[in-house]
Amino acid sequence: MTVDVERPPATARRGWTGSRITGYASLGLWIAFGFSLVWYVIVSFDIAFMTKYGPRFLSGFLVTAQLVVISIVIGAAISVPIAFGRMSRNRIIGGLSFAYVYFFRGTPLLAQTFLVYYGAGSFVAELKAAGLWWFFRDPFNCAVFTFSLNTSAYQAEILRGAILNVGRGQTEAAAALGMKPFPIFWKVVLPQALIVSLRPYGNEIILMIKGSAIASIVTVFDLMGETRRAFSRTFDFQTYLWAAVLYLMTVETLRRIWDRLEARLTRHLRRESD
Amino acid sequence: MADIWTLVSFGPEGWSDEIAAGTVVTVSLALATLPLGLLIGFFLALAKKSEEATLRIAANIYTTIFRGMPELLTLFIVYFGVQILLREISALFTDEPIEINSFLAGMIALGVVFSSYASEVFLSAFRGINQGQYEGAWALGLSRFSTMRLVILPQLIRLALPGLSNLWLILLKDTALVSVIGLSDVLRQSGIAARVTKEAFLFFGIACLIYLTLSIISSLGITWIEAWSKRGEARR
Repeated sequence: MTVDVERPPATARRGWTGSRITGYASLGLWIAFGFSLVWYVIVSFDIAFMTKYGPRFLSGFLVTAQLVVISIVIGAAISVPIAFGRMSRNRIIGGLSFAYVYFFRGTPLLAQTFLVYYGAGSFVAELKAAGLWWFFRDPFNCAVFTFSLNTSAYQAEILRGAILNVGRGQTEAAAALGMKPFPIFWKVVLPQALIVSLRPYGNEIILMIKGSAIASIVTVFDLMGETRRAFSRTFDFQTYLWAAVLYLMTVETLRRIWDRLEARLTRHLRRESD
Repeated sequence: MADIWTLVSFGPEGWSDEIAAGTVVTVSLALATLPLGLLIGFFLALAKKSEEATLRIAANIYTTIFRGMPELLTLFIVYFGVQILLREISALFTDEPIEINSFLAGMIALGVVFSSYASEVFLSAFRGINQGQYEGAWALGLSRFSTMRLVILPQLIRLALPGLSNLWLILLKDTALVSVIGLSDVLRQSGIAARVTKEAFLFFGIACLIYLTLSIISSLGITWIEAWSKRGEARR
């Protein structure tokens, strides 16, 4: 007696299945969207618009780049003591750095920026007395100040996670070889930790590029700020499309460079067979 | 200068009632966006793990675009773009201009951004489910839909929960951006209070504390949901 056994459907199905129709339709939609975007840009191409706003977009882009680079670097410097504070056995230091990280990660960047930029106005007399008013009067400085503190909290957590990720045996083995605590950290723990943290650091830079658009709200003329100014004068929607293209290209380029960098730096971890 | 305690009181002199109303708006925007983002994200993940190449490419274009653009820019594009689109369409029928409300624009923009991140979370959760689960469900004679509903989804939720809770906390913070296009949320209400009373540090500080409280409450809720989702697992 034979039993009819129903088999699972073969994996690759032919013909016009539901998913194939949806796939072609959605891809077709994207292609149509892309073409209409190009068409829109060609039709509404205006040499006066380009010569007037092109250089402004470029200068806005440079301001964005400055904002991101300065904030990331200062944030990296601040993140080191905070990461160690988070790992400290001292309860006060541990608690304070936990509160710092929790505050900056738990509140919106926009609210923090307002707190610094408008909040500084509440302490004009004190800031003038301390000789710091010139700094907080400028929106660009306020944005850099806020972004640095914000990214330092995120970077501290990345650094802490990466350091804790390095096995205890590494430290013990290095100690057994007679190394002192600082060289152990610098030559054994940190290089391994940084490799683990490459990807989260890349993500943090991308988040910062995207987050820096917030500076435009406190009247910094970064890429987003220039876009908003151009739109408010021309009411031409292509300003926003150009900004989208610029941001997307920046983020994608960075992401690809970072992938290459990571592949290069972790090449010793890959097996030959992979 | 008015007394600080009068300023932060409820009632006509104080600003707490306005800020409390803003808190309700913030929370409802986040809660309204969540199901939208989860639903789109889930279908995007299905598309990304499909065998159909065109579907995968289309879904990947979507995520690349909305993960690469600043949330603020997405918000403006939705707000002004949809407005222009609606105006063109409505001009065919009536002369009355249609205004898109900022709550809806915020919901669409944040939902789209949320979904593109959520799709990645769902995708990696799908990868964590053994192929044997599908085969076992097939052997029991379950249809594709029942397999998804009874076998895959319960496990998927458990695997996706940590990633999704992170996205929820991010969403909660991103709602602050919608205040820029005029939604009366916490940040906008405290901004008004700050401008009127000239106590900017106080009121923006209060706004920050409210966001902190919201995320602490969320964390507690998430812990509870995680425990609930693991109720079927054997104790170890």
